[in-house]
Amino acid sequence: MQAINKIKDTWVNLKIDQVDTDQIFPGEFLKISTKEGLGKYAFYDRRYDENGEPNSDFVLNQYEKMPQVLVAGKNFGSGSSREHAVWCLKDLGFSVIIAPSFADIFKNNAYNNGLLVIELPQSRVASLWGKPQDSIVSISLADQTVSTDSWKASFAINAYKKECLLKGLDDIDYLLNIASEIASWEKEKGGDDNLN
Amino acid sequence: MADTLYDKIWNQHLVKTIPEGPGVLYIDQHFIHEVSSPQAFRSLEERGQRVRRPDRTLAVADHNVPTWNQHLPIKEEMSRKQVALLEENCKKHGVMLYGLGHPLQGIVHVVGPETGITQPGMTIVCGDSHTSTHGAFGTIAFGIGTSEVEMVLASQCMMQYKPKQMRIRLDGKLPKGCTSKDVILFLLAKLTASGGTGHFIEYAGEAIQNMSMEERMTICNMSIELGARGGLIAPDETTFAYMKGRQFAPKGLAWDEKLRGWQTLFSDAEAQFDLEYQFDISNLSPRITFGTNPGQGIAIDQPIPKADQLNNETDAEQHQQALDYMDLRAGMSLSDFPLDEIFIGSCTNARIEDLRQVAQIWKGRKVDPNLRINLVPGSSQVAAQAEEEGLAAIFSAAGVQMRQAGCSACLGMNEDKVRKGAYCLSTSNRNFEGRQGPGARTFLASPMTAAASAITGKITDPRDWVRD
Ligand code: SF4
Repeated sequence: MQAINKIKDTWVNLKIDQVDTDQIFPGEFLKISTKEGLGKYAFYDRRYDENGEPNSDFVLNQYEKMPQVLVAGKNFGSGSSREHAVWCLKDLGFSVIIAPSFADIFKNNAYNNGLLVIELPQSRVASLWGKPQDSIVSISLADQTVSTDSWKASFAINAYKKECLLKGLDDIDYLLNIASEIASWEKEKGGDDNLN
Repeated sequence: MADTLYDKIWNQHLVKTIPEGPGVLYIDQHFIHEVSSPQAFRSLEERGQRVRRPDRTLAVADHNVPTWNQHLPIKEEMSRKQVALLEENCKKHGVMLYGLGHPLQGIVHVVGPETGITQPGMTIVCGDSHTSTHGAFGTIAFGIGTSEVEMVLASQCMMQYKPKQMRIRLDGKLPKGCTSKDVILFLLAKLTASGGTGHFIEYAGEAIQNMSMEERMTICNMSIELGARGGLIAPDETTFAYMKGRQFAPKGLAWDEKLRGWQTLFSDAEAQFDLEYQFDISNLSPRITFGTNPGQGIAIDQPIPKADQLNNETDAEQHQQALDYMDLRAGMSLSDFPLDEIFIGSCTNARIEDLRQVAQIWKGRKVDPNLRINLVPGSSQVAAQAEEEGLAAIFSAAGVQMRQAGCSACLGMNEDKVRKGAYCLSTSNRNFEGRQGPGARTFLASPMTAAASAITGKITDPRDWVRD
C-alpha cells in the first residue's frame, strides 16, 4: 500500500447525496476478477449514454486529467460492500474523497487501499462546491487539515488508521505478525472445538 | 458490569486490543463467494500465504450464476471464468465449496442459517453487506470488503473498532397482510438510509419475540440499508427450535452444552445503548418504496410525499432526483400503478416461508400473463422443499415456473436483469439506480404484496388477498 500525506490539487464536485456503490461501480462489471484498470467503469451508467458515448453533462467527463480530490455529498459509498468501488476511484486518479459522511464499509475499504476519506461539515463541503473550478485545496494528513485560500478546517481520523495511511502499512501485515498470538488464543479457548 | 448482547459476543472473541487502536476480533465463520473473493485469493498468494483455517471457511457460488439450466456450462464467458476461479481457489486451499449442482448451493445468507452453520454467539463475516442477516441468530455478523476477506483468509481475525450500539424495540402485533419486510421498510422510512450509520442494532421487544426465524432474518438483513454495520437479535426458544436437528447444528451432549452457552446470550437489564428507539407496529400498513434508496418509502395506501413534507432541503433535492429517475410525481398514489416485472427472490425474502406466503395467495389463481415474473428460491434446499410441499405446483398452475437458486435479479450482474425503464416490484433489498439492471426502476415490497400484484399486474394491497 502506498503511503499518503500531503495532497494539493484542484477537485471534482459531485453534488449528489447517497451515492451508493452500485452507482460507483455497476453490478454488471463485478464479473471482472482483477483490481486493476477499473477506472473506465466508474460511474458507468452516468458517464456513458446507451450507445457508450460519453455524456458531457456528467462532471467526471469534464476533465482531461482527473484531479486527485473528489468532493461529494452525504452518506457516500452506501450499499454493497464491493471494494471495486474504491479500486475504480483510485484508478481514476483520486487519492482523497471529502464528504459530510461516508458509509462504514466503504470507509474501511478506502483505508485498506490508501484512499483517504475525510468527513467535513456540510457547510464546508458546500463552500467547496461553490468555488471556481480552478481553485486549489490542500490536505495534510499529518496535521489533519483541509485548507483553501480562504479557510482551513481540521478533520478527525482514528489514530491507528492515520498511522497506517502515513506509513503505507495495512492490517494484514500486522495480523500476520501476530499469528502465534492468535494460535495460542485459539488453544486457550479450550481446544478449538469450544470456540463457537 | 451490565453487558449488551453485542458486548458479550465481542468480549468472547477479542484476541487482543492494540493500545489506542482497534481490537483483533477472532472470526468463527467466514463465508466467501465468487465476486468478492478472487482479488483476495490472488493477493494472499502474492504474499505467499495460505488460508489459515479452511475448516472455518465456506464458499458458495451465488451472485453470478444463471438461474436456469444450472447443469449446463455458464454461457457468459466472464461469469463462467469467475465461478471457475472460485472452484480453483477453493481446491487449492482446501475450502469447501457449494457450487452449482451441489444440493446445498444457494445464496450465502440463506445457506448459512438453513444448514445450521450459523449458530448463536458466533462472529461471522462475508464479503457481502447483507451478512447482517445472520445476526437474527444472536451473532455478530457483518459485511466486509475484499481486503478484509484477504485479512480473514490469512489470519482468521479482523481489526475492528467496536461500533456504537443502538436498540430498537418493537411492540404490538403485526397486522394481517403485513410481514417483517413491511416492518423494516417502515423503520427505514422513519430513520432514513443513514439512520444507523456507525451502529450495530439490537432488535428487541414483543413483536420481535413473536417473529419466526425467517421473519427475523429479513429484519436483520436490511439493517445494512439503515447504514448500520449489522443487526442482531437475542437467541430464544424460537431460535433453538429452528436450529435443532439441522445438518451442522451440534447433536446430543454437544447440543446440551452449546445450548447452555446460548441461553446466556442476551443484553443485561441494565445494559446501556448509545441510542434507543421504540415503535408500536400494531397499526402498520404494507409498505412500498417510491424512490432510489430504501428509506424513500410509504404505506401502500398513502400518496408519495411532496417536497415540503420532507425534513430539509437536501432531502427535498434528493427526493426530486429519485422521482425523476422513477418517472413518478409527488402527491400521486402508487396503488394500482401498472407494473412490468415482478422479482420474488434474494437473501431478504426467498426463504421457504416467503414462498409459502406467495403460494397462499396464488393458489387457484393465475398471474397476469403480461408481467415478466422471476420467482427465485434462495437456495437449492428451499427449492427442493418448495417442490416437496407442493408450492412449485401451485406456482406453475398460476403460470410461473420457479427458477433455480441464486441472487438473480437482485443485482444487475447475472442474466436475470430487469429491462431498461421497466417498473419492477421486488422483494429484494435495494432500489438504487441501476441496481437491477441499467435504467431499471425498482419498488421494494413484501412477498405478499408481490404475490397480490402479480395477479393484478398493478401495485396491489395484499390485505384484500390474504386468506385466513
Ligand atoms: S441476494 Fe442480493 S443482496 Fe443478497 S447476497 Fe445476493 S446480491 Fe446480495
